[in-house]
Amino acid sequence: MKDFSYLRADSVEAARNAAALPGAMLLAGGTTLVDLAKCGVAEPSTVIDISHIEGLNAIDVTADRAVIGALAKMSQVADHAAVKSHFPAVSEALWQAASAQLRNMATIGGNLMQRTRCPYFRDPQNFPACNKRSPGSGCSAIGGVTRGHAVLGTSEACIATYPGDLAIALVAFDAEVDLGERKLKVEDFFLAPGATAEQEHDIRPGEVITAIEIPGSAATRRSTYLKIRDRQSYEFAAASAAVGLELESDGRTIRDIRVALGGVATKPWRARAVEEALKGKSLEEDIVRKASELAMEGAVDHGANHYKIALAPRVVARAVLELGETA
Amino acid sequence: MTSQTHTGQTIIDPPEDGHFRNGSTNQPSPTTLSLHLTINGRDHALEVEPRVTLLDALRERLALTGTKKGCDQGQCGACTVHVDGERVLACLTLAAQVEGRSITTIEGLADEDGTLNAVQAAFLEQDAFQCGYCTPGQIMSAVACIREGHAGSDEEIREYMAGNLCRCGAYPHIVAAVRQAAKELRS
Repeated sequence: MKDFSYLRADSVEAARNAAALPGAMLLAGGTTLVDLAKCGVAEPSTVIDISHIEGLNAIDVTADRAVIGALAKMSQVADHAAVKSHFPAVSEALWQAASAQLRNMATIGGNLMQRTRCPYFRDPQNFPACNKRSPGSGCSAIGGVTRGHAVLGTSEACIATYPGDLAIALVAFDAEVDLGERKLKVEDFFLAPGATAEQEHDIRPGEVITAIEIPGSAATRRSTYLKIRDRQSYEFAAASAAVGLELESDGRTIRDIRVALGGVATKPWRARAVEEALKGKSLEEDIVRKASELAMEGAVDHGANHYKIALAPRVVARAVLELGETA
Repeated sequence: MTSQTHTGQTIIDPPEDGHFRNGSTNQPSPTTLSLHLTINGRDHALEVEPRVTLLDALRERLALTGTKKGCDQGQCGACTVHVDGERVLACLTLAAQVEGRSITTIEGLADEDGTLNAVQAAFLEQDAFQCGYCTPGQIMSAVACIREGHAGSDEEIREYMAGNLCRCGAYPHIVAAVRQAAKELRS
């Protein structure tokens, strides 16, 4: 790890000023930044420690809205009683992510800034070609070992999977990220690689995430996060789905449904085609399974990740059907 | 807003005029930090480069080698310590970041008179290790796991202890030890 200078910010304003310095990177929980600095991927000249700023870790939840401070820890939000009751998919996405130790360190704002786990991205010594690290250098994953790589939102420049869980639930429920001067949809905060794989987030120098806001609805209250992976715990998703459901008073007809996918795309992926196909329809297995296939519209595999195209619709269908069985 | 001082330019105040407190708009160069860390109830003063992790500070500077370096990459849990009572990974924590926090390592778990913590005793009784390398991290994790209320069933213990890998595969005995300690601490 290359050395850097260390500044401790004690206010958001100080953090914004310091974050605008060339080569500066913000340190909150450290689980991404310190890890990537050790890999030789992140080479900050200045690390701005924002973890001591007071008042940025509040969790304020009602049935109508959750406002979660950027420095709230993943574990605090996962175990928060009102999050569990009004936004169960958010709690489930969090407790199924990483490990207990990492969730005690990692913050909600930092979680949104988590980088891909693409093994080629993480290994500059052995794989110099990576458009995310060095724009124009190529993509070592294309033609390489691709079992974990994305099938949706890919480009010729990059097929790295977005690895997180929380943001999948945030995208499903139209959450916003508060950057101080501006707020934007979490869905728009994340950028698909296109020709500019190095740009993963719509965040500018000097901007600091202060909070996320999630509007509450019947669909957030009846929601779940289903994560399928190679081992039962402490593993990234092979495919996952955040689903929210609201039924008409007949208990069968779908009034509102939200579907977003993780583990299969280059960014948190909202599956609007599935939602549109199911709105107004009856919650029956064959209808749900058929509609879930639409989640893979436009999917492109690179060999070993082909299984995700079969897996993801099944994950969506199971999540929807299991939610339908809950009262 | 108060400002602590250690090496002058390491702390930034809210810059009302766009300048940092030291009057500079340039970023400072890497320097040595003077830190005060509270570990197992004792205050330690040390000078470190900003990149030094809590794990390396404990092992290489303070001779607290009970905390183990396994992967050094946040994946194995061998370096688990408590910061303000919460279990974290010392390998992904910068020493500078935990100034002012209370740090507990495996060396600080037993009573002053040597009486073992209930989790340590349960690990011995259940033979919850083979080579022992992951054990300090397992024990620190288990103490927190029980305190968090995440040791209610074997399934829950497995889920909430998943961040501690054991390459000898002592998992059934580790689960038994956590189960036993949780039961003792509840009664």
